[in-house]
Amino acid sequence: MTEKGGIQYSNIAEIKGPLVVVDDVDNAAFDELVEIETIEGERRLGKVLEVGNGKAIVQVFEGTTGLSISGTSAKFVGKVMEMPVSKDVLGRVFDGLGRPKDGLPDPIADKFIDINGEPMNPEQREYPKDFIQTGVSVIDGLVTLVRGQKLPIFSGSGMSHNLLAAQIARQASVVGTNDDFAVVFAAIGVQYSEAEYFRKSLEESGALKRSVLFLNTADDPAIERIITPRVALTVAEYLAFDLGMHVLVILTDMTNYAEALREISAAREEVPGRKGYPGYLYTDLSTIYERAGKLNGRKGSVTQIPILSMPSDDITHPIPDLTGYITEGQIVVGRDLFRQGVYPPINILMSLSRLMKDGIGEGSTRDDHAEVANQVYDAYSRAQEVRALAGIVGKAGLTEIDLKYMDVGDVFEKEFLTQATDENRTIEETLAILWKIVSKLPKNEITKIKDKFVDKYYQGE
Amino acid sequence: MTAQGRIVWVSGPAVRADGMADAKMYETVTVGDSKLVGEVTRLTGDVAFIQVYESTSGLKPGEPVVGTGNPLSVLLGPGIIGQLYDGIQRPLRELSKASGSFIGKGITTTPVDMVKTYHFVPVASNGDDVLPGNVIGTVQETDLIEHSIMVPPNHPGGKISNIVSEGDYNLETELATAEKDGQNVPLKMYHKWPVRKPRPYLKRYDATVPLITGQRVIDTFFPIAKGGTGSIPGAFGTGKTVTLHQIAKWADSQVVVYIGCGERGNEMTEVLVEFPHLKDPRSGKPLMDRTVLVANTSNMPVAAREASIYTGVTIAEYYRDMGKDVVLVADSTSRWAEALREMSGRLEEMPAEEGYPSYLASRLAEFYERAGRVRASGSPDRDGSVTLIGAVSPSGGDFTEPVTTHTMRFIKTFWALDAKLAYSRHYPSINWMNSYSGYLADIAKWWSENISEDWFAIRNEAYGILQREDTLKEIVKLLGPDALPDEEKLILEIARMVKIGLLQQNSFDDVDTYCSAEKQFKLLKLIVDFYKLGQQSLKEGTQLSAIRELPVVPSILKARMDIKDDEMPKLDKLETDMKEQFKNISGVKVTN
Repeated sequence: MTEKGGIQYSNIAEIKGPLVVVDDVDNAAFDELVEIETIEGERRLGKVLEVGNGKAIVQVFEGTTGLSISGTSAKFVGKVMEMPVSKDVLGRVFDGLGRPKDGLPDPIADKFIDINGEPMNPEQREYPKDFIQTGVSVIDGLVTLVRGQKLPIFSGSGMSHNLLAAQIARQASVVGTNDDFAVVFAAIGVQYSEAEYFRKSLEESGALKRSVLFLNTADDPAIERIITPRVALTVAEYLAFDLGMHVLVILTDMTNYAEALREISAAREEVPGRKGYPGYLYTDLSTIYERAGKLNGRKGSVTQIPILSMPSDDITHPIPDLTGYITEGQIVVGRDLFRQGVYPPINILMSLSRLMKDGIGEGSTRDDHAEVANQVYDAYSRAQEVRALAGIVGKAGLTEIDLKYMDVGDVFEKEFLTQATDENRTIEETLAILWKIVSKLPKNEITKIKDKFVDKYYQGE
Repeated sequence: MTAQGRIVWVSGPAVRADGMADAKMYETVTVGDSKLVGEVTRLTGDVAFIQVYESTSGLKPGEPVVGTGNPLSVLLGPGIIGQLYDGIQRPLRELSKASGSFIGKGITTTPVDMVKTYHFVPVASNGDDVLPGNVIGTVQETDLIEHSIMVPPNHPGGKISNIVSEGDYNLETELATAEKDGQNVPLKMYHKWPVRKPRPYLKRYDATVPLITGQRVIDTFFPIAKGGTGSIPGAFGTGKTVTLHQIAKWADSQVVVYIGCGERGNEMTEVLVEFPHLKDPRSGKPLMDRTVLVANTSNMPVAAREASIYTGVTIAEYYRDMGKDVVLVADSTSRWAEALREMSGRLEEMPAEEGYPSYLASRLAEFYERAGRVRASGSPDRDGSVTLIGAVSPSGGDFTEPVTTHTMRFIKTFWALDAKLAYSRHYPSINWMNSYSGYLADIAKWWSENISEDWFAIRNEAYGILQREDTLKEIVKLLGPDALPDEEKLILEIARMVKIGLLQQNSFDDVDTYCSAEKQFKLLKLIVDFYKLGQQSLKEGTQLSAIRELPVVPSILKARMDIKDDEMPKLDKLETDMKEQFKNISGVKVTN
């Protein structure tokens, strides 16, 4: 993306962290794209963060390493950063700034789109309610995903979130018409091997030709990570709302994104909010997550599964915390279950899908789904209390009913939660296991299911 | 003389312009060639600091800034109900006509349709002497809302002349003129009012009438009064939004103003999709006919988020002045505080706790003080109320953070959401030990007059059981349930019934979503009576397990879902069954 035209300035006042301050600037706009040229003729991209009184503060995406006060020049391109898009982006691999990384030429652009996007008008949104069958019981049964939702995976270092995200991407794509489904994958500062795992996984399932990959790996410039999710979502929006596809966007790892944002904020000497993250972290994250959705009168949808690793598995850390306030639920990966070798190790009590209520029930899954799911949540939560109690008073101190709840906990983890990475369960299979769990309880413990469903599906004595 | 300046600096939503010596504080200005809307928030010499309500991407130093001479105001008149506005009262439906599915910038629209006609029925006559606040006539705004056309508070009043006869007129029609001191000032269906200035009223009353929300944990345990203030803080996933939606749906007020302040776009869409289909339980009309939405979602410009709260509360006060009970729900005041913080940071003000500006507390206080039950100015006599309910989103669910702690100083009802309850799917996850209501004693009279004289005593008895359980739970945790005598185990059992049968409420269940005051009382009494019978029965030597296994127990627990508001005899039948079953087991003695 080398830009023609624009005004060249060579009076660099200051270079600090990822920022370059350019002096004697008289015609730059806020947010404008800037091309920085080093003394060796290398070109880097940046954008204007602040402009006025003859100065422009420019954030350089590829970092400022090797830049000098003399010899560096900045060209203000006269427009904001744009991503060239067309149907040809499918099957391609790009770098974190949206430049081809697969050795092939630039795709021929159908149009150029501002990577920051514009906020969707809430009045024009279509409320998401189409059930996506992922084939993963715990998600379909208890944390249901719907088209146009943003449902992050909160995980910790070393856990199996990638396996799960890849399984969802593979299995969700085989349902319905394959034609209008696409996967957009953005690697944000993750290890090369993780990015490669996704690529292979998509390749093996045959979904690669319907995918677009944006790769900023751990060794790529950190500030580029500010751009990576935005170019990825720009492409996703184009595929969804211009071409009518159902796009699943996987962003991993949003923690690296937030860290890049913190780096810029620190370099600008802004007053920090919690843990050094800028006070506008919430607003900034929302400009990414809120780009999921469906629009009235348009066929496609953008569904987001952002993945983030919680530092020290702490869900109250600002990154998962602010993410949870924006996204429509969360899937929490549990360290305990992971240690026990359970896959997928989802802590369902901390997990939630806010849009589940409208995506399930008669006409999409089954009429008893909501109630049986509620009862299982309740029972599993009781099972956890009983387990804690058993740890103190021993099994002998438990009542008969307590023991039944212990049983529920075991069946839940061994038969419902546990499944193979290539096991694709139907919603009927998933619901059958939920009823099996409920049937471990005596009838008078069932307080959340209407009698007509109990009569129909309950198998206990 | 309006200011005409030039941009000298741009950083995000903050702009500085020079040549602005004529600008006034909080004056609205248009910024740049694309005429973005902004507001002056600081003046230094001839430099004005402006917060811009739209995206400033592409804005350049050198572009013009023009003052409008007016503070940020809202238009008040028929046509507001049913609208979805952004933070500065631009109707999002109209914006989409101009810029499609995504929100463009620099679009000018009017907040309501100025040429739509309404059927005006005059109540004032020529020659009447009117004061600000006097009603000169009415129009039917929606099926549910009779809209009073009042002499604006900033109108001099005077002698009415040229009043139109009953008929259809649009908003721009001069309905009458009022003459005072030789000056003729026209009266129309609408007027404008600056959002940061509370609308005047005659006097304030104590808040003594409960707002019935149909939510048991609120109405029965932690009630809020009409004209009161409440706050609902909670970590993500604890159900703030669902609870607020429930209040907006079912509260017995005539008007609801719902502010989505820095929250999810889909939540506003949900209201838009759902409310037209939901029926007001009292009138049977669609809920949208009494609802106004103000939406400034998280990804919309941050400065307009700051304004959205004021836009909403001014609209609420306007309907209050007609003598209506208005509920305003703001989700979330934390995002509003963050907008304050962001603008304060750009102004390079000295920060207080966690980077929030030092005036955070006073701004919160000013906002919550706009609640109240009042006698409106002017005649005829009208009593109305504005109830303010604000969500708080404490970072990390930590209630000691600045927005929560400051808010607690200015509100009287506190619904503390609890992540642990939410994790165990106890919804609404309002923690009964940490929540409180300062209105309890004030509104007890209403319950006693309208529902039952015993309400306060029985409510306190049930609450006492929950408190006892809280202590007993600690013992169970250490020693196991067998350490307790049967009487105390019975308390655990009853507490469980209170929790499942009363406190928990499924907002997605057709029946359970709304619970009338009468049904709330009957359910409460049923469980408290069960406790008394249980105690009695234990004394007579009945085994606890026999009490626990009474067939009536699951029926009581499911009554909230199974028995509709118009089926109260079924609840009475449950009571009879319960007594009967207790009688039958009273002979069952301890066998070992």
